[in-house]
Amino acid sequence: MSNYLIYFLVAVGLFAFAALFALFGVYAERKISAYIQDRLGPTETGKFGTLQTFADILKMIQKELIIPAKADKWLFVLAPVIIFVAVYMGFAALPWGPGLVPSKINIGLYYVFAIISIETLGILMAGWGSNNKYSILGAMRSAAQIISYEIPAGFAIISAVMIAQSLDLQVIATQQGVASAETVKFLGFWDVTNIGGILSWNIFRAPHLIVAFVIYFIASLAEANRAPFDIPEAESELVAGFHTEYSGLGFAFVFLAEYSMMFLVSMIGVVLFLGAWNTPLPNIAGLRLADWTTGIFWGIFWVAIKSLALVGVQMWIRWTLPRLRVDQLMNLCWKVLTPLAFACILISGVWRLWLM
Amino acid sequence: MFKSAINGLTTAWKGMTLTVGHLFASKKTREVTRVSDDNYFKRLEGTNTIQYPKQQLPVPEVGRYQLDVEMDDCIVCDLCAKICPVDCIDIVSIKATEAIGQTSDGTTKRLYAAKFDIDMAKCMYCGLCTVVCPTECITMTNTYDRTVFELSDLVYEFSDMTKEEADEKRMLLEKQNAEKQAAKLAAMKKKEEGQ
Repeated sequence: MSNYLIYFLVAVGLFAFAALFALFGVYAERKISAYIQDRLGPTETGKFGTLQTFADILKMIQKELIIPAKADKWLFVLAPVIIFVAVYMGFAALPWGPGLVPSKINIGLYYVFAIISIETLGILMAGWGSNNKYSILGAMRSAAQIISYEIPAGFAIISAVMIAQSLDLQVIATQQGVASAETVKFLGFWDVTNIGGILSWNIFRAPHLIVAFVIYFIASLAEANRAPFDIPEAESELVAGFHTEYSGLGFAFVFLAEYSMMFLVSMIGVVLFLGAWNTPLPNIAGLRLADWTTGIFWGIFWVAIKSLALVGVQMWIRWTLPRLRVDQLMNLCWKVLTPLAFACILISGVWRLWLM
Repeated sequence: MFKSAINGLTTAWKGMTLTVGHLFASKKTREVTRVSDDNYFKRLEGTNTIQYPKQQLPVPEVGRYQLDVEMDDCIVCDLCAKICPVDCIDIVSIKATEAIGQTSDGTTKRLYAAKFDIDMAKCMYCGLCTVVCPTECITMTNTYDRTVFELSDLVYEFSDMTKEEADEKRMLLEKQNAEKQAAKLAAMKKKEEGQ
């Protein structure tokens, strides 16, 4: 019985985290975009406008949930829920600290990628159910884009998995620090098992994973429908794409899913390439920085900081780069990222055989 | 392929250094300066926003915004109403029985303004009325932020006479006119008799 209570608590906690992060993320995005464009952003609600997003969500909750007369009611109402739940369930397998993971499953990475693919289904449902030409165009673009970009993202991930030899995210995380049970070599020649820190992160264990990380990061932007790959919601062409017809809570859920997805893909990137919950500080002789800064709370701190930094980069990119055209999008995916990701897999294999 | 990929990455990086520069330059907020300032058109550093009600761009004291009439100086010549291209000035004058004073520049006032309304909703801010005014009593001020809740509030009434006062002056004028007429008739009669 108490087991189930814990499950509920974990689920509620993750939901609260996703919601709070979305509020914080929207505020951060508005401020960052404002400063990049030499504006001020929200300043009036609360100190420095910090309560702006709380005010926004209060307003949004009170709004009417409008269902267009010609919409397919079932699909229309279910779609935002499916979009959000697909992303939300992805959080279940992500490790937050040593021994701290909501659901310990040995194929965690596989599960996460399987479950967030379902978001495409939700987006298609939203587009079709809205009975609106802009929505269906946006949904079709989204499906084409997400399915295409899963290939380079998947291969980049496989190259990391080949180095780690596990699909269990907690195992992958543990390998990249002082807690590792096996020997960790910096660039394949220097044994840093007891030094840890930034030196034992995956991108430094095998330097070609830096390329794999960049490929994964670009592909993850496309999977989260973020600029410069936001053609599914392309405001200048498609009004708001697949969520054109949504209002009130339905829209809030789509928004929540977008920001949760941003954090989720960043966190997967952190776990696979950037040392997960491990500290970036290495042990230097008597100065046991890595040992001191490893633990459950340090783990949560590091993984959150790293993920938030990646989310910050996502926002920075969004407010800098213009949107790609559909053909450019596909060119980038199939002609650049996919071959490079293949090369990464090949190097991973060679690296594993000869240097580890 | 490699060339275009590398080119894409370098140009994207160039753009991103530009935006991150702006991101961290935003610690400086804008100082509000006059247009006549030397560095007004210089490239701005930091945020560009003027937080309007709290900060305001200084405008010249004699702007071309709201109209204002100094009634003490007005000789009710009606020139402004005649020149107005959109007929937004409505003046009703009453001749005084005698000179009723002087304006600040020494012109004698001989007319009462029973009505001096300017409909700012019609006004096109051309400023012609201020040019033709012989006593320079109608001016444009630097008040540019003005909001009213009723459209009728946009009709500015500058006349300082009440209706009773105006009626009284009209009565006086009629009386004087009647007296003059009577005197004229009497004079004519006298003339005829004298012949």
